[in-house]
Amino acid sequence: MTIRFRHSVRRSICRLILVCAALGVTVVSAQPGVRLGLLYGEGGKRAAIHVLPVSGLGGDSVRAILMRDLDFGDRVTVLPAATALRSPVGSAPIDYAAAARLGINGVAQVTLVAGGATLVLYDVAAKQVLQRRSLSLAGAVNSASWRMAVHGVSDQFEEWISGERGIAASKVAYVSGGRIWLVDSDGANPTPITPAGGRVLSPSFHPNGQSVAFTALEPAGSAIYITDLRGAARRVVAPSGLNITPTFTPDGSAIAYAHGEDFGTELYLVSTAGGTPRRISIGRGSDNTSPTFSPDGRRIAFTSGRAGRPDVYIADEDGTNADLLAALSTSTQAYRSSPDWSPDGRAVVFQSQLGGRFQAMVIALRDRTVKQLTTEGANEDPVWAPDSRHVVVSSTRSGVRQLWVLDTETGRARQLTAAGGARLAAWSTRLVR
Amino acid sequence: MVDAIGSVRSRLFFMSLKIDGVISMNHRLVGASLMTISLFLGACRRKEVPVAAVPVAPSTAPAVDDQAAKRAQFVRDSIAKARSDSVARAGMASASDVANLRALLEAPVLFEYDASDVTDGARATLDAKLPILRTNMALRVRIAGHTDARGSDEYNLALGLRRAAATRKYLSDRGIAISRIEIVSFGEERPSSSGEDEGAFTKNRRAEFEILGGAESLQVPPR
Repeated sequence: MTIRFRHSVRRSICRLILVCAALGVTVVSAQPGVRLGLLYGEGGKRAAIHVLPVSGLGGDSVRAILMRDLDFGDRVTVLPAATALRSPVGSAPIDYAAAARLGINGVAQVTLVAGGATLVLYDVAAKQVLQRRSLSLAGAVNSASWRMAVHGVSDQFEEWISGERGIAASKVAYVSGGRIWLVDSDGANPTPITPAGGRVLSPSFHPNGQSVAFTALEPAGSAIYITDLRGAARRVVAPSGLNITPTFTPDGSAIAYAHGEDFGTELYLVSTAGGTPRRISIGRGSDNTSPTFSPDGRRIAFTSGRAGRPDVYIADEDGTNADLLAALSTSTQAYRSSPDWSPDGRAVVFQSQLGGRFQAMVIALRDRTVKQLTTEGANEDPVWAPDSRHVVVSSTRSGVRQLWVLDTETGRARQLTAAGGARLAAWSTRLVR
Repeated sequence: MVDAIGSVRSRLFFMSLKIDGVISMNHRLVGASLMTISLFLGACRRKEVPVAAVPVAPSTAPAVDDQAAKRAQFVRDSIAKARSDSVARAGMASASDVANLRALLEAPVLFEYDASDVTDGARATLDAKLPILRTNMALRVRIAGHTDARGSDEYNLALGLRRAAATRKYLSDRGIAISRIEIVSFGEERPSSSGEDEGAFTKNRRAEFEILGGAESLQVPPR
């Protein structure tokens, strides 16, 4: 439904552009709610964006965060801070001719006002303001909440420029030292949200980004908890045998998880309010873990040892019609596991053991083509960003296990965490709209 | 009488072995077993004494068999004494025996890569636990399954549980009530040996035993 709707919007945008081109009309902005992005370059070349200096308290931080976020977004070429374009004075327009000479496609301007900022995006080729909006920037300069609001500014600019909203205003949850941590998408503010001295694993964000489910290995067995982002936790499944790898259903009302007893580990579903769990996979004594839902909640991918060696399967949400996600390549004793379904529903990332090490792989669901995303070091437990383009993995490429963000389109990688032993990541939805 | 003598014998036997020193564990177990046997016989005999072993004097001639009554009382007393001595000795001797029993109970078993089958080596280790669990009916244990660092962090938790479950099944198939054995898994989260080599992997693919309760007065199993 969603996908079809998006397609139809895209088709109508294409038609609109064709009609406009035929009539020789310059498109500035189409009907409300439809963004065309910046008109620039040819053949998918990225827009070159210059971010003007920002004056006022915290202005330097705003500019630095915005430039870095746009760079991390991988959809925009951010020009160096020293780019010699003069800032306009007062309400005067920017020097479009100078900007064009400098190879600039768009200019991003942020003006700080009391409690907020005004955002302006200039289209150099069209010599006019493309977009303008006011946003609030709550909190003290450089506080966590203020920085998150500035990431929202970045995401707004990225949406105006590229047509796709950025993912800077989001958080990644992960495991380090037996605790769940949260870190901003740019690596700032790593903060533990579970107490020291525990042994917790497998965080998973609620679809609203405001709580995290995780499993705790306790002496009497493992249990499942839900915590808010400040660390107030409540137990959903009591400790016994094995209760691991929780994931929220797309509507946020329930948690799917793996429960193990004597005769294998099966997938179950339990309401976030607690209550009696319901079994959703029939593995006939095999081990089934790490469930992930399609965005419409109708399909589920998971790791299963039902054929002996662990592999990734895809089934209806009630566990029926289970099939191997990816056909085996010729030689193979591959060990494949830990799937994560993309938010746009089109692909699943997973890990596959190659030469004794895990590497991150992505499979496109339309034609089931598989692409290897990593080669350097071991790369485990890939998880999608909310843009269905970036992936975070736990990688040993720098020696110790750290989280790295990969752009699945260009292959570019950047290190997200600095403290040792970070793994088992989950990526929140966009937290600023 | 027989019991008292037996008990003395076993005490002597035990002492001689203690002097021996080196042979310590197994022979002391034998000594302890003998004590347990004498204890057991004592328990049986006690029931028999009033009816069969001791000739009870007819009530019509109380004076005649005063001697017999005294003898009977002596037998009863010595049995009781032997019993209490034996129990006391079991308690006294137990410090090292208990340590030995605990070591046997807590000995881990190892597994092959990506497998949960109980290996031949593991069988011997588990078989040594069986008589202890059978003798000490109040004992409860927890088996924790572990894996090496290869494989998925999450799936390894399921593999660890499978190892714990296979280990429990081995014991329950041999008569140990399943309600006395809890199973948990720590996957690769609690390695016993750090390192990324085959030696470490081998040590980490294991099931560990933890005594949960019923070990306050451990009895040495009979031989």
